[in-house]
Amino acid sequence: MAGITRREFVKLVGAGGATSALALSGCASFSKKSAQRVVVIGGGFGGATCAKYLRMYDSSLNVTMIEQNATYHTCPTSNLVFGGLKKMAGLEQNYKALSSKHGVNVVQERVTAIDGKKRTVTLSSGKTVEYDRLVVSPGIDFKWGAIEGYDEAASQLMPHAWKAGPQTELLHKQLLAMPDGGTFIMCPPGMPFRCPPGPYERASMVAHYFKTNKPKSKILILDAKDEFAKQGLFMNAWKELYPGMIEFVAGSKGGKVHHVDAKTNTVYTEEGLTTHKGDVVNIIPPQKAGMIALSSGLGNDAGWCPVDQHTFESKLVPGVHVIGDAAVAGAMPKSGHTANNIAKMTAAAIVSQFNGAKSPIPSHVNTCYSLVAPDYGISVAAVYRLGEDGVLAGIKGAGGVSPADADKLFRKQEADYGHGWYDNITADSWG
Amino acid sequence: MAKTLKYEKVIVSALMGFAGLLSAAAVQAEEISRGSVIAATCYTCHGTFGNSTGSMPTLAGITGNRMKTMLMEFKGKKRASTVMARHASGYSDEELADVANYFGKLQKRGD
Repeated sequence: MAGITRREFVKLVGAGGATSALALSGCASFSKKSAQRVVVIGGGFGGATCAKYLRMYDSSLNVTMIEQNATYHTCPTSNLVFGGLKKMAGLEQNYKALSSKHGVNVVQERVTAIDGKKRTVTLSSGKTVEYDRLVVSPGIDFKWGAIEGYDEAASQLMPHAWKAGPQTELLHKQLLAMPDGGTFIMCPPGMPFRCPPGPYERASMVAHYFKTNKPKSKILILDAKDEFAKQGLFMNAWKELYPGMIEFVAGSKGGKVHHVDAKTNTVYTEEGLTTHKGDVVNIIPPQKAGMIALSSGLGNDAGWCPVDQHTFESKLVPGVHVIGDAAVAGAMPKSGHTANNIAKMTAAAIVSQFNGAKSPIPSHVNTCYSLVAPDYGISVAAVYRLGEDGVLAGIKGAGGVSPADADKLFRKQEADYGHGWYDNITADSWG
Repeated sequence: MAKTLKYEKVIVSALMGFAGLLSAAAVQAEEISRGSVIAATCYTCHGTFGNSTGSMPTLAGITGNRMKTMLMEFKGKKRASTVMARHASGYSDEELADVANYFGKLQKRGD
């Protein structure tokens, strides 16, 4: 049976009491007699969670989720494939529960256009779908050519593997084929980008693979920036676990990439004067919001989507919410956890607005686990609140990274919790 | 004719009982509580409705009082944790009580 019972709905929203029934928003929207239609574009951490929670908060809603792929491979924990600790199948999520358990209409199609005035989306089949409210969760796309020499074709030679799936497999294949004593070069971008600690977990997982299979090999990180997420923890762990294997070159100290030659696996830094030739080269290019958002007028000059950070409604196109990596979300990093969180707050806001209740004050959290070695995990956490200026900011005194002086047991616990995080967030988003 | 008038009188008095003109759905609308909003952010790591399928503890089945005590202990760093102290310090004591009571009610309703 799709949806949830009235009893479960009341439980879900909480026993607010009779007085709250009269708490109406300033512009009460009157419910139409027919079900309100919400269309969600994208079936990743943001889109799937939003579609599910919309139905959980109000089972009278007609919710359609449009996703171009039949299944979704998660970027989170895809680095474990390089470490030999996970298989591709372990990353794969499907939409069966969304459809059969939660009553979401799952449509496998690509969206080619959004018409904010007519409130329709157009699919590649030519079909149009009408909406009363639209949620756009398209993830990221890459700024091809922002690094000279790195276009889409180049990514087949120097993979980015920053969208999980075939790119993950390609990079893994290259690492498996690399001879012992070879060099893996990785070039992370400047902020903002999807998953700030991700590249450094990748370096760790490749180091674990090298240590156990190709111990003479080296890892060279040529970074666009000088500082990175959980830097102290990563560098101490690398010293302890992979001494002499990983070299980090800060952007201002020669790390910034000038151009690349994909055919010869060469990266040029320092205005093109310094040459680095790798056996395997991973370029993580500068990013922007997914193309459907940008081509629909939802983006700013920087390529990200400005929103009201209370409800995530677009500042540029009314009636359209943008969530996940594509949105500008104050201090919140671009991550699967953030996308899942924002999705729930957005679902609560939409349902509240449809039903003439006040949009709840949002609560936002992010926790990023990184696996440095099989029994060594580290984390960064934060709790966010909407400031007076309407921008989400981290709460001082809360959050932070794992302690620098934690013992082996603590590191093992965080490694375990990293796996637990994955099990629970994927069930929460797609289950 | 008399029945219609009586019906109309009932409608008018019902409407006068509320501020402004309301649709049927809006009358039944309840504000989504602070406790339930915070709880939704716990589901990400602890499972939807606090039913964990991973290594984090299941929260469903913990009484409101016990959960409030634990959260306050995490916040005050009186209880060891890997990440919970960093999370609990992000909320006021009242918010911790709200979310604890919310989980407690989930348990009491037999879920």
